[in-house]
This record gives sequence, C-alpha cells and structure tokens, in this order.
Amino acid sequence: MEVARFWRTNGQRYQLIGEECPNCGTKIFPPRDVCPECDKQAKMPFTFSGKGEVYSFSTIFSAPEGFEKYAPYTVALVRLAEGPLVTAQLTDVDAGSVQVGMPVEMVTRVLREDGERGMMVYGYKFRPGRSA
Amino acid sequence: MRDVSIIGVGQVPVGEHWDMSLRELGYGALSAALRDARLERIDALYVGNMLSGELTGQEHVGAMIADFAGLRGIEAVKIEAACGSGAAALRIGYIAVAGGLADVVAVMGIEKMTDKQGSTVTSALAMAADGDYEALHGLSFVSINALLMRRYMHEHGYKKEDFAPFAINAHANAMNNPNAMFHSRVTPKQFIEAKMIADPINLLDSSPIADGAACVILAPAAMAKEFTNRPVRVRASAIATDSVAVHDRRDPLFLEGGAISAHKAYAMAGVGPNDIDLFEVHDAFTIMSALSLEAAGFAARGKGVGLALDGQIGLDGRIPITTLGGLKARGHPVGATGMYQIAEVALQLRGEAGAGQVSGARLGMAQNIGGSGATVITTILEAS
Repeated sequence: MEVARFWRTNGQRYQLIGEECPNCGTKIFPPRDVCPECDKQAKMPFTFSGKGEVYSFSTIFSAPEGFEKYAPYTVALVRLAEGPLVTAQLTDVDAGSVQVGMPVEMVTRVLREDGERGMMVYGYKFRPGRSA
Repeated sequence: MRDVSIIGVGQVPVGEHWDMSLRELGYGALSAALRDARLERIDALYVGNMLSGELTGQEHVGAMIADFAGLRGIEAVKIEAACGSGAAALRIGYIAVAGGLADVVAVMGIEKMTDKQGSTVTSALAMAADGDYEALHGLSFVSINALLMRRYMHEHGYKKEDFAPFAINAHANAMNNPNAMFHSRVTPKQFIEAKMIADPINLLDSSPIADGAACVILAPAAMAKEFTNRPVRVRASAIATDSVAVHDRRDPLFLEGGAISAHKAYAMAGVGPNDIDLFEVHDAFTIMSALSLEAAGFAARGKGVGLALDGQIGLDGRIPITTLGGLKARGHPVGATGMYQIAEVALQLRGEAGAGQVSGARLGMAQNIGGSGATVITTILEAS
C-alpha cells in the first residue's frame, strides 16, 4: 500500500497544480524544485488551465501490470496551453480519431484500482476539447 | 591517467535460459572472459544490472557473482543505470584502471528476465521511465518510445514501413553471430504485418526480452601484451544524462544526452564521426536507432531513417550498425546489453566477427542508452 506516495501528489494529479518560476515566469509541470529554464529555485504554486493539444499519441495493446484490463487504451504527450508537455491517458475518444494537434482538455478520472479492497488512484486524463 | 585496453571478452549466448540462474549466467560470461585473457585472478568486478531485484528477487549481485566465481574477497559492486547499466559498468572499471586504483578489472553486464511473465516484465521495464509522471499513468516503456516514433513520423514525413531497414539489417547481421538470440531473417511484409504492441511500434520494431551476460577484462595498455596479442584500446568512455521523463525535454526528438556523451567521447579520442568504422546503436526500438544516429552526428536531424533507407547501415555501408544483430536480433537482456555491444565491437576490432566482419575496422563505437535517453554512454574502441 502506497497511500502516502499518492497523497503527496494529489494536487498535481487532481488539479494540475505545478509551479511558476518567480525569477523568469516559466510555467512548470510536473513541479520540480529548480526552474528548467533559469536554474533558480521555483516553488510558487501555479494551477494550469488544463487546455492543450496532442503533441503525440499511442494506443497500448500490451499493458503493464495493473493496467491489463484497460487495454487497449490511448496515451499522449499533451502540450499544455501554458507551455509544458505532460504525459497522460486520453479518454472519451475513439483511438482512430486522435490526431497530432487535436485540442484537448483535462478531466479527473480513475487511473488504476488495486482490486476490490485496494486503493483507487485518481488523476488527470485528457479528452477532446475546444482550442485553448 | 593510464591508457586502458580490453584483454579478454566473454559472452553467454543471448536467449531464454530456463536452465540457468542469474549467478550461473554471470559465471558463464566471467569465466569465458578470464579464459580469453588467460587469467585466474582479477582485482575488481563491476556488474552492470538493472532488474535483478525486481525479476529474480536478488540484489547484491556484485558480491554474489564474485563469490560464486571463486573470487571471494575482491572488490565487487553492482552498477545501475537502467538499460545503460552495462556500459556504465565499463565506465566505472575504466575509471578504476585509468586512475591507477586497480590493474586487472572485470566489467560485466547481466540480466535474467525470463523467470517472470510478460506484464510483470513490462512493469519492471517501465521503472526506467518516470514512476510518478509516466508509469503511474499506465505508460509502458514501449509506449513512451511509440510517442517519440509517432512525432518523428509527423515532423519528418516518414511512413511506418520506412523503419523496416533497421529490423531487416539487424536480423540479417545476427545470422553471423552465434551468440545472437534470433537466426531468422525479416521481410518488409513481415515487418508491416507484425503484432502491434503500442502503435506505431509493433513486435518487429522491438528488441526481445532475454537472459544474458557479457564480460570484458580491462588492464593498463602497458600491461596488455602480457595477456593477449590482440588487445583493444579503450579510446573513450563517456556518460551524459538528460531528463528521465520525455515530457521534460526541450525537444523530445533530439537525444541531448546522446549528443553530449558522443561529443565528450569524440573529444577524448580525438576523432569525429567520419573516423568511425562501425557503430553499435541502442536499437531497443527502430526509432532509437534513428535518434542515436542523429545525436552522434552520423545523420542530420530527421535524416536517421533516410540513412537506413539509402542502404548506408549495412556491413559495407557508410556506417555499419548493429553488425552482429543489435538489440533487435542479438537480443536485449537490458542491463547486459551495453556490455554485449562493447564485446561485439571488440571482436570486430580483433577481426574475429566471422562472416559479420566489417572489413578493415580500426575504430568502433557503441552507444548504450538508459531509459529513452536519460543516461547515454558512448564508448570508442580501437584495434591495436
């Protein structure tokens, strides 16, 4: 059981809370303690709009342990409107209709569940949306 | 700093070794390398390995293999850098010998993968990626490479079938390697029709899960002739890093770690890409061959696939790659792979690659990649 591990990142996973660098203004997701652009410390929270577009995508047929029952499912790199790329699943979409450049928006969904008595982990996924 | 040479090479054939444990694989490669160097004792053993704990329930494999090989008492530790563990072990051994802290050192890459079932191995391999921000979202390691391949096709205008020459070349070259896992050719039709794993990556874009161990013995170049009349000089060994997660990279389609480590290695050896006679790329997936060729300066951005399409990667091409099968057809026992690459380059430079020999090879290079580019180790070897 890894309750603390997931609790630590609830803000990121439920609300796309990253950081804004107080020095150069770069928006950062996932959060990290040092700004990737100016190397200064960055710890100022910033909530992303959740709007973005598909940078690349793939439909997974051979899934890792714990994800077998969801296969096939589609994952993507999403370019957020504020700049960063984020890795996530796509949802509410037919795999055949996904294209590079497609506008998407963030929703909160179940990422995985560990059996009947196990923990359910929620987090961001992206669905087709209006242009940012 | 002392010049360093490879004085012995040993490999266990890559494959599904149901009858061999981790320690037996390790002893197999180590004892073969010691025989090749006509040695019985070494000063130290560095074992490159990624997943012994996860897939065999055994950590502490440095001491484990040293003891099993009858070398109890020597310095022995495990080195881990995901799929780059093998060449990382060579780098550590190189530092020890070049720095004068040890004279005769064995460096090994080893992995035992076939005791566990597919989805367990898929999850274990995903540990090379970012646990909280890639793997937690259900991404397999294959799918992360698939995201790169799709974007590469989109930006550079390639079709799926354009990647076939990488797999076809690797399988053709493995026919000449008795230690390779596969001895079967691949046709363009088979490549296109293979089972999809994470689209656009299918089974024939992908290197296979396997068991294996490879080992080379290092010694100061000044002492090398005492052990062998075919020493191979280590001209460069350089490690560079990049972000573990692909989404954290400025340009996901450029392996910055690959470029940095290649340029460090070229500077160490005083050579450039035009001087290299053969290049063992880390073709875990066809897209990685293209990205590695571009990062190391053999092709311009977006032209790595073009180089293969132009027939320039074969044994008699402008830059022969995967000359004894590569990860695709020799097999990819992850933590062992980097050492197989180095062992193969050494055999090429000794003129012992049989029908797979690159004629007149003097300088050979290997690029071993951990994760999808987070650790990259470039090694340059020279015949002597």
